[in-house]
Amino acid sequence: MTPGLINANPVVHETKARSVRQESTDETSVDEFDALEIFEHVRDITDPEHPYSLEQLNVVSEDAIDVDDKSSHVTVTFTPTVQHCSMATVIGLCIRVKLMRCLPPRFKVDIRVAPGSHASEAAVNKQLNDKERVAAALENPHLVEMVERCLQEREG
Amino acid sequence: TLRLVQELEGHSDRVWSVSWSPSGHTLASCSGDKSCRLWENLTTSPSSSTWRCQAVLEGGHTRTIRSCGWSPDGKLLATASFDATTAVWEVTGGEIENVATLEGHDNEVKSVAWNSSGTYLATCSRDKHVWIWDVQPGNEFECMSVLSGHTQDVKFVAWHPTKDILVSASYDNAIKVWAEDGDGDDWRCVQTLAEPGRGHCSTVWALAFDKDGDRLVSCSDDLTLMVWDTSADLADLSGSGQAQWKHSTTISGYHDRTVFSVHWSRVNGLIASGAADDCIRIFAENREDSSALPGESSFSMVAKKVKAHSTDVNCVQWHPTDPRILASAGDDGTIKIWEVIGDLSLVG
Repeated sequence: MTPGLINANPVVHETKARSVRQESTDETSVDEFDALEIFEHVRDITDPEHPYSLEQLNVVSEDAIDVDDKSSHVTVTFTPTVQHCSMATVIGLCIRVKLMRCLPPRFKVDIRVAPGSHASEAAVNKQLNDKERVAAALENPHLVEMVERCLQEREG
Repeated sequence: TLRLVQELEGHSDRVWSVSWSPSGHTLASCSGDKSCRLWENLTTSPSSSTWRCQAVLEGGHTRTIRSCGWSPDGKLLATASFDATTAVWEVTGGEIENVATLEGHDNEVKSVAWNSSGTYLATCSRDKHVWIWDVQPGNEFECMSVLSGHTQDVKFVAWHPTKDILVSASYDNAIKVWAEDGDGDDWRCVQTLAEPGRGHCSTVWALAFDKDGDRLVSCSDDLTLMVWDTSADLADLSGSGQAQWKHSTTISGYHDRTVFSVHWSRVNGLIASGAADDCIRIFAENREDSSALPGESSFSMVAKKVKAHSTDVNCVQWHPTDPRILASAGDDGTIKIWEVIGDLSLVG
């Protein structure tokens, strides 16, 4: 067991098969954003303290993503691996940064921990959805380095 | 409705805040790009589309500039930054000079405001404190008081338009009212506006007094605006039946996402709001509302500009003298000058 880790022995799950999308041949059709597409963006984010992806740790799943393309609204609900996970805000920040980079700016993104999954649920949710706090965090070199590490393309 | 007069481009990151100089001649804007810009109209009419960027204030801050504010004489501009400092710039004619850097907060400074006489400057921070600075000759600023009481980040500070009473808004959902002690050498919290059921239930982002300071409006992450009756004289702290400011009315059901900014025009009496739903809304007080109890008031939305910015509206500010002009700032990096079209006498 590695000392100092918040969750030293996480359960690692099988990952879902990659979807192969049938590209529409109709030039006039507009591809709408859906939960699967958002999931594709966040599934490979690496957990801040393990070499596993958020998908492998069941932190994110397609079912826990809501997308309303018409009103440009995305809600991502994630489940920290342990109730007292102090990394929850970092994980949430990673998801937010990834979606900021991938989605058109018209999208409003709400990020929450699953109800009952975290001891400080309300505080974590409030912090993750306060854009001033997020903006300040993203000017903190230490946090940015941590986020970038989690967002790096994983090998294999 | 609102007519777009001009879109001002130049900032390379989100624009957090704008501030009109007291004459309305200059608009200052500040941004995540760590700069502040000064915009002026080439004509005397603010509704003509001849606004130009006349100066870029750079090098004063190393991180986001969150807020800016003019001294009442229009000679000094204060800028508050995430770099934990507040800078003061002297703007005389075409010359702009960084004349002071106020250090003391532990981390991000979020808002800055001058009192009505220009003798005090208030700043607030993520460090949960509000500082009051004494403005001394020769651009010296001395910390007079460090106000503790909020349990979380302090997001916004505003002064009463005539009295030395300060209000602060916080991530802790409360609004606090601060006044000088009787002997005048320290400040204390004289009231907290956060009664259960009659206070905001999430972050309070901004505050604005009306022209005379008899009322205060607040905006929140809880999607509401609240109007507070601030006519009671809090300076009378000795009496047994101590004077209190009171919740007057809640304006709810209009905003779809966090309300970041609210401003009460001192010229036309209208309230403008800017929100994360990209809309600007304008509210007017209902003059003859038979259902209202004495002392109560009600407000109706009289205009709504959908997609005022392509993303969040961070700030709205009424022009200080022209009743039709409103400025807004957005996450899209632009500032917009708007003209209110329509008969203001109907709503004002």
